[in-house]
Amino acid sequence: MEGRLVLLGGGSSGVSTTESAVLSKVEVVSEACSYPAESELELGLGLSLGGGGGSTGNTKAANSSWGECGRILTAKDFPSVVSHRTNNGGSSSVAVSGTKRAAETESVSHDSGSPTGVSQVVGWPPIRAYRMNSLVNQAKAQRGDELESGIGEKDKPKDALKKKLDYNGKQTSSATVNEKAYLGFVKVNMDGIPIGRKVDLNAHSSYEGLAQALEDMFLRSANSAEKEPLTMASKLLDGSSEFVLTYEDKEGDWMLVGDVPWRMFVGSVRRLRIMRTSEANGLAPRFNESNDRQRSKPI
Amino acid sequence: MQKRLAYSLPDEVLEHVFSFIQSDKDRNAVSAVCKSWYEIERWCRRKIFVGNCYAVSPGMVIRRFPEVRSVELKGKPHFADFNLVPDGWGGYVLPWIAEMAGAYPWLEAIRLKRMVVTDESLELIAKSFKNFKVLVLSSCEGFSTDGLAAIAASCKNLRELDLRESDVDDLSGHWLSNFPETYTSMVSLNISCLGSDEVSISALERLVSRCPNLRSLRLNRAVPLDKIANILRLAPQLIEFGTGAYSAELRSDVFSNLAGAFSNCKELKSLSGFWDVVPDYLPAIYSVCSRLTSLNLSYATIQSPDLLKLVSHCPSLQRLLVLDYIEDSGLEALASNCKDLQELRVFPSDPFGVEPNASLTEQGLVAVSLGCPKLQSVLYFCRRMSNAALVTIAKNRPNLTRFRLCIIEPRTADYLTLEPFDIGFGAIVEHCKDLRRLSLSGLLTDLVFEYIGTYAKKLEMLSVAFAGDSDLGLHYVLSGCKSLRKLEIRDCPFGDKALLANASKLETMRSLWMSSCSVSYGACKLLGQKMPKLNAEVIDERGPPGSRPESCPVEKLYIYRSVAGPRFDMPPFVWTMNEDSTLRLS
Repeated sequence: MEGRLVLLGGGSSGVSTTESAVLSKVEVVSEACSYPAESELELGLGLSLGGGGGSTGNTKAANSSWGECGRILTAKDFPSVVSHRTNNGGSSSVAVSGTKRAAETESVSHDSGSPTGVSQVVGWPPIRAYRMNSLVNQAKAQRGDELESGIGEKDKPKDALKKKLDYNGKQTSSATVNEKAYLGFVKVNMDGIPIGRKVDLNAHSSYEGLAQALEDMFLRSANSAEKEPLTMASKLLDGSSEFVLTYEDKEGDWMLVGDVPWRMFVGSVRRLRIMRTSEANGLAPRFNESNDRQRSKPI
Repeated sequence: MQKRLAYSLPDEVLEHVFSFIQSDKDRNAVSAVCKSWYEIERWCRRKIFVGNCYAVSPGMVIRRFPEVRSVELKGKPHFADFNLVPDGWGGYVLPWIAEMAGAYPWLEAIRLKRMVVTDESLELIAKSFKNFKVLVLSSCEGFSTDGLAAIAASCKNLRELDLRESDVDDLSGHWLSNFPETYTSMVSLNISCLGSDEVSISALERLVSRCPNLRSLRLNRAVPLDKIANILRLAPQLIEFGTGAYSAELRSDVFSNLAGAFSNCKELKSLSGFWDVVPDYLPAIYSVCSRLTSLNLSYATIQSPDLLKLVSHCPSLQRLLVLDYIEDSGLEALASNCKDLQELRVFPSDPFGVEPNASLTEQGLVAVSLGCPKLQSVLYFCRRMSNAALVTIAKNRPNLTRFRLCIIEPRTADYLTLEPFDIGFGAIVEHCKDLRRLSLSGLLTDLVFEYIGTYAKKLEMLSVAFAGDSDLGLHYVLSGCKSLRKLEIRDCPFGDKALLANASKLETMRSLWMSSCSVSYGACKLLGQKMPKLNAEVIDERGPPGSRPESCPVEKLYIYRSVAGPRFDMPPFVWTMNEDSTLRLS
């Protein structure tokens, strides 16, 4: 019953690739986790990403090409992995995975030339999530205004906007530079699971990473559920499910994840929901909109 | 003759005498005097404070204290504030509400901190307590505005609704309209944590206008600046006010309207809010500044000159929360202007930046410690510090009771001498004899813990991160700090020895949190089995601790004293180490 889910890595064992390194923020497995052979691994969530072909509904396919309707993988897909800690029991001051470095490999998508300062340890500096989110939201609001001024969604007068940027010019630039560094925890709810979770968006640099993290979160709970009443979800998860990942944006609209560039998504997402495909019909049109962004299957 | 006098005092007289005794500690002492006093006292206890909701069961509380009117509960460990406690850990209030609904029909006040509150719980509160008056939800989560709507609709005598820093699912701003037109009793309303962009301003205004006793109103960010003036004019009797977003296009009519509205509030003592500040609008509050005792600018991203000017207008300030934009120069101005200052909190505007975002160093804190003789409580985020500064602060301000210093980069050394901060914090605990709360940071060896164990005899709460060299550090603290109630540790090389050697100390404390340390699963099991009055819980998201060798360190450990035994609502990633449950562990 030990379905130890291994995080889906892009690369072979070790944390050398971008995607595989990007797992840490979600309070999960230690760095010493080894990765099984990847050929059978695939991302399961039915993201409407590049892969198009996906008209909703098609699917029960067990086929493995990415892009078509995915499924949420179950423990059966993975060999059990137990992390062995015997060796470094006492050797280092941080024996367990408290310190995680998520951001170094994200420099790919970093704007700034300067590296992130404080190593990105979970929960440090000790600033309440409430306060962090406020700072992030102020930063996002400023950036969001920049992004949206072309679309004209906000009806802020341009003067005030400009003024705000001027006054907060210093903050804006540092906020943009470090926006990824702020703890961007957003709530995630999965249909059928009463307790929501939170995921740190800034620990990921792509939709793949996010999808992986979410699968781990919700699959892991389901499989180790001796006590949690997750039977509803488990039934659905056993190979036959179709779940899609959706998000609520700043304007309160629910959209399918994957349509917009990652950074824009991070800037506008308020919360996530793993929705049954059957309920996502209202969003279905987006499945059919062609997306140029082909997501390559992780190897 | 005198002995019999004691027995001849009627119960009602004793009860009347006891009614003057409000503090929990004193009440507990009274109930320990003799059996009859215990009985009398338990029937007239009206207020209960449970610092850890798992330390006792609702049934036990109800059985002992049948006539309670006010309950305060705390749930998750403090480090949950920093996302160190995984979601689903626990802290559910519903079981408490469910039992109190039957037992305390006259319950008036519920105050919760770090608990999971559901809409169902709120609906149950609304239904069950006819004289409900006070609901304070501090850093809670799990509920939405639907639950609030139920409270608004049913609680005719509600006086206080305070959602401070809770995480609310903000479905709509219309819950405010659920307060019936006949409802007029609001005294304190704090909705500053609500995110919704559509707060019903008109419902808010109507509510404010019909509540003549409203003294404290904290709005959320969504309330625009141009609506503030009207709201203030509807409630000139306010003592505390929290603005929404403090920004608007600069217009002189809006400004003068706002300034006029503020000056109309003759009793205003506390201001907060101030998101998205446009500095040109700050002078609108100048008329109230001279009376202000509390100012929370910790969301105001304005620069030092504006902050300095503002602070110079507030000579009566006792409490200031601000971002590091205030800089050393602003703190020096604070030190010379605000002689009544008791509490200072300086937050980082850019916690992850490489370069300091603002010119805030140890000098600012030193200046305040010198200039503000009443300073008692400090929370200070900075990027550099020196032992010399800490020693100066300690000598300047021996009256400090809370000192929390966060040097942002872990294990940073004294920037002048490159030494650890053992001496500096040692001076703090040595000079500040009434210190009750301390948070450490920077480079620290076991020596600092020896100082703490030696001097910090009144210390009740200690927070440690990235510090120490060996178990000796933990041992010093556990064996030396007589008054210690809460100890929270992360990323320190503390292991089994100190913990097991001081196991009985843990029964005198509320709780111990250790994460990313070196405490082995075997030691946790031992503690759980040998110490029945403690709940030892291992939080480990890697899977059952039993699937790994016993010497393997656990991810997180939370030990707390309890008379209720192991809890029943643990999620899959929490394991109890107590004896009867070890069969569960694989």
